[in-house]
Amino acid sequence: MSDCRRQWNREDELPVYLAGPINTGPNQKKTYGMFSSVEGAFESKTIDFDNYAVGRKGSRTPRSGSRERVLDAGDPMGKTSSEAREGSLTNSTGETDDAHPGVESERLLIKGGRVVNDDQSLYADVYIEDGLIKQVGENLVVPGGIKVIEANGRMVIPGGIDVNTCLMKHYLGTQPADDFLQGTKAALAGGTTMIIDHVTPAPGESLLEAFECWQEAADKKACCDYSLHVDIPQWNEIVKDELELLVQEKGINSFQVYMAYKDTYQMSDSQLYEAFSFLKQLGAVVLVHAENGDLIAQEQRKILGMGITGPEGHPLSRPEELEAEAVFRAITLGNRVNCPVYITKVMSKSAADTIAQARRKGSVVFGEPITASLVTDGSHYWSRNWAKAAAYVTSPPLSPDPTTPDHLNTLLACGDLQVVGSAHCAYSTSQKAIGKDDFTLIPEGTNGVEERMGFVWDKAVAMGKMDENQFVAVTSTNAAKIFNLYPRKGRIAVGSDADIVIWDPYSVKTITAKLQQSASEYNIFEGLECRGGPVLVLSQGRVVYEEGKLQAQQGTGRFIPRKHFPDYAYQRVKFRNQVKKQQGVTRGLYDGPVYDVVPTPKYITPAPSAKTSPISHQPPPIRNLHQSNFSLSGAQLDDNIPRRSGHRIVAPPGGRSNITSLG
Amino acid sequence: MSYQGKKNIPKITSDRLLIKGGRIVNDDQSFHADIYMEDGLIKQIGDNLIVPGGVKTIEANGKMVIPGGIDIHTHFQMPYRGTTTVDDFAQGSKAALAGGTTMIVDHVIPDPGCSLMAAYDQWRQWADEKSCCDYSLHVDITHWNDSVKQEVENLIKEKGVNSFQVYMAYKDYYQMSNSELYDIFTFLAERGGIAEVHAENGEIIAEEQTRMLQMGITGPEGHVLSRPEELEAEAVFRAITIASQTNCPLYVTRVMSKSAADIISQARKKGHVVFGEPITASLGTDGTHYWSKNWAKAASFVTSPPLSPDPTTPDYLNTLLSSGDLSVTGSAHCTFSVAQKAIGKDDFTQIPEGVNGVEERMTLIWDKAVTTGKMDENMFVAVTSTNAAKILNLYPRKGRIAVGSDADLVIWDTDSIRTITAKTHNSATEYNVFEGMELRGAPQVVICQGKIVLEDGNLHVTSGVGRFIPCSPFPDFAYKRIKARKQLAVLRAVPRGMYDGPVSEFSMSRGGTPSASARNSPTKQPVRNLHQSAFSLAGPPTPDDIPIRPAGRRIVVPPGGRSNITTLS
Repeated sequence: MSDCRRQWNREDELPVYLAGPINTGPNQKKTYGMFSSVEGAFESKTIDFDNYAVGRKGSRTPRSGSRERVLDAGDPMGKTSSEAREGSLTNSTGETDDAHPGVESERLLIKGGRVVNDDQSLYADVYIEDGLIKQVGENLVVPGGIKVIEANGRMVIPGGIDVNTCLMKHYLGTQPADDFLQGTKAALAGGTTMIIDHVTPAPGESLLEAFECWQEAADKKACCDYSLHVDIPQWNEIVKDELELLVQEKGINSFQVYMAYKDTYQMSDSQLYEAFSFLKQLGAVVLVHAENGDLIAQEQRKILGMGITGPEGHPLSRPEELEAEAVFRAITLGNRVNCPVYITKVMSKSAADTIAQARRKGSVVFGEPITASLVTDGSHYWSRNWAKAAAYVTSPPLSPDPTTPDHLNTLLACGDLQVVGSAHCAYSTSQKAIGKDDFTLIPEGTNGVEERMGFVWDKAVAMGKMDENQFVAVTSTNAAKIFNLYPRKGRIAVGSDADIVIWDPYSVKTITAKLQQSASEYNIFEGLECRGGPVLVLSQGRVVYEEGKLQAQQGTGRFIPRKHFPDYAYQRVKFRNQVKKQQGVTRGLYDGPVYDVVPTPKYITPAPSAKTSPISHQPPPIRNLHQSNFSLSGAQLDDNIPRRSGHRIVAPPGGRSNITSLG
Repeated sequence: MSYQGKKNIPKITSDRLLIKGGRIVNDDQSFHADIYMEDGLIKQIGDNLIVPGGVKTIEANGKMVIPGGIDIHTHFQMPYRGTTTVDDFAQGSKAALAGGTTMIVDHVIPDPGCSLMAAYDQWRQWADEKSCCDYSLHVDITHWNDSVKQEVENLIKEKGVNSFQVYMAYKDYYQMSNSELYDIFTFLAERGGIAEVHAENGEIIAEEQTRMLQMGITGPEGHVLSRPEELEAEAVFRAITIASQTNCPLYVTRVMSKSAADIISQARKKGHVVFGEPITASLGTDGTHYWSKNWAKAASFVTSPPLSPDPTTPDYLNTLLSSGDLSVTGSAHCTFSVAQKAIGKDDFTQIPEGVNGVEERMTLIWDKAVTTGKMDENMFVAVTSTNAAKILNLYPRKGRIAVGSDADLVIWDTDSIRTITAKTHNSATEYNVFEGMELRGAPQVVICQGKIVLEDGNLHVTSGVGRFIPCSPFPDFAYKRIKARKQLAVLRAVPRGMYDGPVSEFSMSRGGTPSASARNSPTKQPVRNLHQSAFSLAGPPTPDDIPIRPAGRRIVVPPGGRSNITTLS
C-alpha cells in the first residue's frame, strides 16, 4: 500500500495501479484485480479468518499480496522502511499542512482495535502522526507520551465519505438550513469524515465562479475534508473551456448533468452525447440526475390541473418509471460514448434493477442510493401533516412502494449498487412552505448525512445482508476509488489520511430531530431506531467526536483535489477504446446508374412542391419506374424495357469492380 | 353481417365458391369442414353443405385452409425525394397475393408541415386506382400542432383510420420530442387510437452518423454502425414509459433486435399494453450483409432500425413471436431499385431505407417458426393475420374463417419448397434480401374477395379491385384493459388543513429560475431571510446566531388550533 501511496503523491506520475495493466508484476496484477469492478469482484474479499480464530497474528499466513504489505508495515523491517518514507510523505503533503497552520500535529495510537478495510479485517494497532497513518501493526515502536485510545476490540474503519451533499444549493434566493459548518458537523457526528458537495451554478452562471464561491465558503466553514462535484447547468463552448480548466487545474473530476428540470438544467440527448464525449476525453466521471424531465413537466401540469397541489403531487408526477427510463437512456449514452456513468440518487427498484442489468451486460455504470431511499419510503407524501409530507420531497422522489428500501439494500450488499450518499440538502419548513400551494415549488431535499453510516449498518449489516468489509466499501472505499481519492481516503493503510472511525455495532439510538446536528427542524427518520454508530471519530488525526461529544473546529476542512482518469472507472474504458475501433469496408467504387435526386437542402427533405402534387411533379429524371411500369391487365408501354432483377444494370468493360448487381 | 366496403365491384357478386375437404385453421382451433362463399363473403361452414348447383368447387384434399394474411406494414408507392418506391400499389399487392397475404395496411407519410388529410386522400386515390387486394391505412404523424390534432380527430371519426405512427428517429425531420409524444399519446388514448412508434433514438443517431462519416466510413456498414441496437432498445423503453404514463396502447413497428424485443417482452410481463411487430427481414436474415464487398447488395439491406449484425437475432425473434411476446408480423416492404439506393453511394445516410418482404412473409414464418417446431399452425394464423385484425378492429371480418367474414382465404401447402430469388419474385426490384433461401410452405390457392387469384402457380389479379377497409377506434384487443385501468387510476389529493405557518421569502415568481442577481452572489442576503434569521417566530430574530437544534422549538400554535400543520407529528 505504501508503494502506491508514494507513487501517487508524486505529482507527475500516475499511481502504480494506474500504470498497472500494461507493465505489471504478479503482485500488481492482484492489486489491479482488486480495483477493477468486475462483476462479483467483491466476493474475492476475504475476512481474515485466521485472525478471527486465533485472535492474534500468530498464524498469519498471508493470503493476498495487499494484505501482506499491510502486515509488513508492522514488522521491524517494514516499519523502518515506512519511517524512511516519511520524509517524502510529509514533503508532498506539506503544502496542505502549511495552508492550515491551525491543525496542530497530534500523535495518536489506537490500540487493540480490529482494523476493517474493504478487503479484509485484522487486529492491529494504528499509529497516527501529523494527520497521517504512520504505522499499522502489532507491537509498534512509537514515541513516548502520546495519547493512546483503547479500542477494546471494536471495529476501526476508514471514515465515511459522503459523495452527495448539497450544503449551499440555493433555491429561489434562500440557502439550505445546513451550511458547510452545520453540515460537516452532522457528518462527523455520524462517522463521515469527508463530504463531496455539489456545486450548482445557476443556468447562465460561470462554472468557475460558482466553484470558487463554493470553495471559499467551504474553506471558511467546513470541519472535515471536502471535495466538490460541479453541476453543468448548460452546454456551450464556454462551459467546455471551464470544464477543461476545472479538471486540469482545480482538481475536479466529476460533473453532474441533468436529465430533469425542463427549461432550466435539462439537457437534450444530443447535448448529453456531446457532454459525455467531452468529459470522457477529460477523464472525468459523469454524474447523472436521471429522470425524464419532459414527461415530468407534462405530468406536473396534469396533476396540478386535477387540483392536486400538495406534496403527494410530487411522487404522482414523478413515477419511478420515469426514473428507470432516464437511467436506461443514460446508460445507453454511456455505452455509445464508452464513458463511465454514475447515477446519483437511485430511489426506486426499477432504476436499481436497470443499473444491475446493465452491469451484467458489461456497462461501466455506478449507482448511488441515498440514506433516504435505503431507509424510508414515499408513503409519507400522503401524510395529513403538510410539513411532514413536504419534508420528504426530493427528486427523484422516494418510492411509495414500501419494499423499496429492502430491495436497494440487497442490491447494495451484492455490489450492484456501489456507493451510498446522503443527498443531504436540508431546508427549513418555512422554506419548504414556498410550495404550500404548488408542490412543484417545494424546495427539494432531505436530510441524511448524519444518519447515513448508522442506517447502512442497521439495514444491511445488522440484517445479515452485508458483511463489515462490504460496509466499509459502500460507505467509504468505493467512493474513494470512483473519485480517485484512494488510497489516501477510504482505507486504513500506512500513508493514508488519518480519517478513522471506531465503530460500535451494538449501540442503539433513536433518531430524532431534537438530538440531531442538522439545523433543520425535522428529520425524515424521526423515531426510527438505529443500531450501530461511531464511538470515536478522527478527522485529520484529531479526535473530533468522542462518546457523543463533538469537538469540531470550523475551517479545518481541506479541499482535496482529485485527479482525472480514476482507475476504478476508466481502466475498462481505456481498454475498450483500443478494442472498439470501427473500420469501413473497402469496396470498389460503385459505378452503376444513380438516380437523380432533386437537389434538396437537407437530409431526406423532399422539395415542398413534391409534397403537394406527388404525381404531377414527377421530375424529368430519366424514367420513373413507378409511373411507367406495371399493369396487370396486359401489355405495357414499356414492356420492352428491362426493369427487374433478371437484368443486370450495366457491366462496364472495367469488369469486376462493378458492383451494381447482387452477387 | 352487413360489412360493406366503400366500393361495390359488381363482378365479384356473381362468384360462388366451395372449398371441399379442407382443414380450417383459425387462431383458436383447427377442424375439418367445407366452406361455401358467395358475394365475397363466407356464407356457410360445415359438412354436407347445401349449396346451389354449378358452383366452382376446389378440392383441398385435407390441406390447411387459413385466413388470408394481413400485412400490417407496407410502404407501396412511397414518395421519396422526388422518386417513389418501385413497387406501387398494383405491383406490391400482387406480390402480397402471391405470398398468401390478402390484405395490406399501408403507411401514409405526409411531409412535415403538410396536411395529414391531403396526404390521406392522396394515398386513397393511389390505392383505389391500383390495389389488387383490400387495404387499410396507417397515418404517420410527422409534426404536431393544433391543426394536426384536428385532422387526427377527423381521420379517426370519419375516415376509418385508427392507428397513427410517430417517429422517435430522423432528427430535425420526423422526430418528436418527449413532450410531443406525451401529448400525442394522451390525445390518441382519449380518441381510441393506437400509437405506433418508430423507436430509435434520433439524437444519438445523428451524433453517431457524424462520427462515422468523420471516420471515413461512408458505405452501408456505416448505417448499422451508427444505429446500434441499444438505441432501438432505449427508444422502445422510453416509448413504453410514455405510453404507460398516458395509459395509451403502444405498437412498436419494426422490432429488429433482440434487446428491443426483450424490452417489449419484459414490459408485457409487467402488464403494459404494448405490441411488437417484427418484420420479414428481421425474422429471416441478419445484418452481416452490411459488410458485403458488393455495394449494391449491402445497400439493399439498408432499413431502419437496421438488421442486427448478431446472427442469432432471427431465431430469437421467432421464439418470442411463438411465445406471444411479439404479436404481429409486417413486412415493412419498401423497395428501391439499386439506382435509387445509389443516391447514397458516397454517404450512407443518403441511402433510401427499405427492404422487400411482403411476398415472403408468410412462407418465411412458416419455415422459421412452424417447421422448426417453435409454433403451431394456430399461432401461425394468429401472428400472420388474426392479431393484426384484432389490433386494427377488423376482426372478425378479417383474420378469421367464420360465417359472415370476408372470403379471404388461403389453402396452405405445408410441403412445398421453393427457393427465393429476385428472378422469380413479383416485386419490381432487382434484388431480394432473402436471395437463395430455401423455404418450406407456400400458398397453393389464394382467394381474395371470394375470387381465386392464385391457382396452380398462376396469378390472376385485377388492379383496382382492392377496397379500403375502414378501421374503427377503440379496438377491444388493445382498449379493454386501458378502459378498465382508466377507471382505477384516478388520482386524489390529500385533504389537508391550510398550511398557515411561516413561508420563507423567495425571489422568484415561477418555474424555479431564480433571478440572476441572487445567483451571482449566493451569499448576499435578501432583505430579510427567514431562514437566516433563525426562524424563531417567538422572539426577535437573533442575527448571526443560528441555533444548532431548532427542532425542539415548535413553530407557533395559532389560536385557530389544530389545522396548523407546521410541525412534525
